[in-house]
Amino acid sequence: MSKQTIKIAAVVLCLVALAVIVPRGNSFVVLLVTRALAFAILAMSLDILLGFTGLASLGQAAYFGVAAYLTAILANRYGFGLHWDFWLMVPLGMLTGAALAAIFGLFAIRATGTYFLMITLALGQCVWGLAYRWNSMTGGDNGITMKGGRPQFGLDLTNDVTFFYLVFAFFAATLAALYVLVRSPFGKSLLGIRERELRMKILGYNVWLHKYVAFIIAGAFGGLSGVLWAHTNGIITPETVVLTTSVDALLMVVLGGAGTLVGAAIGSAIVFGLREFGSTLVPWWQYVLGAVYVLTILYLPMGLMGVPERLRQWRATQKKRTTKNLASVPS
Amino acid sequence: MNTQFWVVQAFNGVSYGALLFLIGSGLSLIFGVMRIVNLSHGSYFMLGGYVALSVIWTTGSWVLSIPVAALTIAAVGLVMERLFLRPEGRAKVVRDAVIAVGIALLIQLAVGRILPPLLPGAIGNFIQVTLVVIVFAIPIYFALRRVSAVAIEADMLRQVLMTVGFAFLFQQAALDIWGGNNFDIQPPSALTQSLVIGGIYLPLYRVFMIVTAAVIGLVLWLAMEKTRMGAAVRATVDDAQMARGVGIDTNRISMFIFALGAGMAALGGVIGGAFLGVYPGLDFEMLPLAFAVVIIGGMGSLGGAAIGALAVGLADNFGKALFPELAYFTLYAPMVLILAIKPTGLFGRD
Repeated sequence: MSKQTIKIAAVVLCLVALAVIVPRGNSFVVLLVTRALAFAILAMSLDILLGFTGLASLGQAAYFGVAAYLTAILANRYGFGLHWDFWLMVPLGMLTGAALAAIFGLFAIRATGTYFLMITLALGQCVWGLAYRWNSMTGGDNGITMKGGRPQFGLDLTNDVTFFYLVFAFFAATLAALYVLVRSPFGKSLLGIRERELRMKILGYNVWLHKYVAFIIAGAFGGLSGVLWAHTNGIITPETVVLTTSVDALLMVVLGGAGTLVGAAIGSAIVFGLREFGSTLVPWWQYVLGAVYVLTILYLPMGLMGVPERLRQWRATQKKRTTKNLASVPS
Repeated sequence: MNTQFWVVQAFNGVSYGALLFLIGSGLSLIFGVMRIVNLSHGSYFMLGGYVALSVIWTTGSWVLSIPVAALTIAAVGLVMERLFLRPEGRAKVVRDAVIAVGIALLIQLAVGRILPPLLPGAIGNFIQVTLVVIVFAIPIYFALRRVSAVAIEADMLRQVLMTVGFAFLFQQAALDIWGGNNFDIQPPSALTQSLVIGGIYLPLYRVFMIVTAAVIGLVLWLAMEKTRMGAAVRATVDDAQMARGVGIDTNRISMFIFALGAGMAALGGVIGGAFLGVYPGLDFEMLPLAFAVVIIGGMGSLGGAAIGALAVGLADNFGKALFPELAYFTLYAPMVLILAIKPTGLFGRD
């Protein structure tokens, strides 16, 4: 078995274990994992940009938020998406995310480095501004409560465990789809752009178009995440699209390990675990979150997924040092 | 909508712009000199307001609260810059020690809930806490020393996330120290009157804000244009590598500018505290506005920051008055356009 197969097998095994174990937990755990999984889709979509294309976006929450608001508004006003038409809502949310990314990308893709960060921040703030102030549409600061509850269509998604399985399925499908994407020739060229943009340009690749398509794909999955989030949370507020949501997603990717996809999911699980468990246990949980930020940034260059590799390197240097010491001892 | 409406709104916009200049110009200079997107800049603004409140509560002096808040937060910024954003040499050792103590404190907070008080009285409790912290901090410190830290000076994203981490830490610290209530900073009664010009009431406090920002802006501008230090700062903004090459101590300049920027944001927090209030969440409310100022004006340009602040102040006021539902959209959408057309901002240099 190749190394790659072993890795895939390990991930599948973890997923199966998750699907088996979580439903046995209490409702708090089920809901917590559901949230983390729904948000992990957003984090993985950001990983496509950050980890595989080298674009650090500070506005990924925009697609997430717009799709979530769309889900809530359509459900509350027209009852759309609460029955079998939930299956229409999902692609609609993805299309919305993709369309928004297609517009935003026109402005953002040209910029690089810090300027890309700034312009995505500004774009995210545009969406936040609308969510916060456009009272008649978004409910302003109070947000929108999903009055109709979760969809029912043969499957009763109001049941938390059933809903968990649904989100889990979407999560697994996203993971698989994005994995196929990054292993495809397209994904390889994205990696090339991340590493050496100029060289890719000289080789004749349309760098702008590659980035643009990656941006749109990330937007689409951000949208998917938003649709699921709306039903997970039941209430959508401007908090959904606020700057810190985008920043959280970034942290998750960096914490888990950028460019690994699975890392983004692990990061999501950890941040949500800390936040939801922490806030029930102690009032000062945000210190822990801040500490996680600082420690990740300073001591985890490749995220948690990079820890085994770092340990290996560390052990190798240790070994070298001891052999050197032995050699220097006169016999 | 008569002339009075326009005059009053314009006046309010300009005075809000004055406040935004205080927070935005520092952010702009920091970006220009260090190329750091500092997401904890809003925290300095908020903390400035809180520190001023504490000074006012203990001494009753509003005048005293302004320099104390500005200097305290400048010191906070200085420490953050020296230890975490640009650590060099011994600073790295101190940083690891600070982190170790921080983690130990967190562990102590967690353990303290389970551990019964072993020593009697407040002093005994203090000794116990200190001991627990020391016991945990020492092994953590040595563990951290063995792990080579990432050189975050070269990694823009990690710097951003670092400043976010600090923003969260500051937020929680402010909540622990000052609680979750909204406070107002009461300026002295001499400043709470109104000027009447042509039948229009203009609050004197807002005039004071405009004058303060104008004076500070002018002093900064003179310092930047006329002094040797200012020339060195401008050189660093234009090309840090070249500046280092000709012998400018860019390291010291970045330290100085970071502290200055933090102090000015804190000053803004004190002055703004009288009509915005001081409350949890103020930090992340002001931060995007400060960024709007920086982006419109151009990063690293003082004059740009002044114009950007005026533009954002006016856009914000007129936006809220004329089309309330789109108020923030009309603020950030032009920002996107400016960035897309001229990424360095209207007055930024390439």
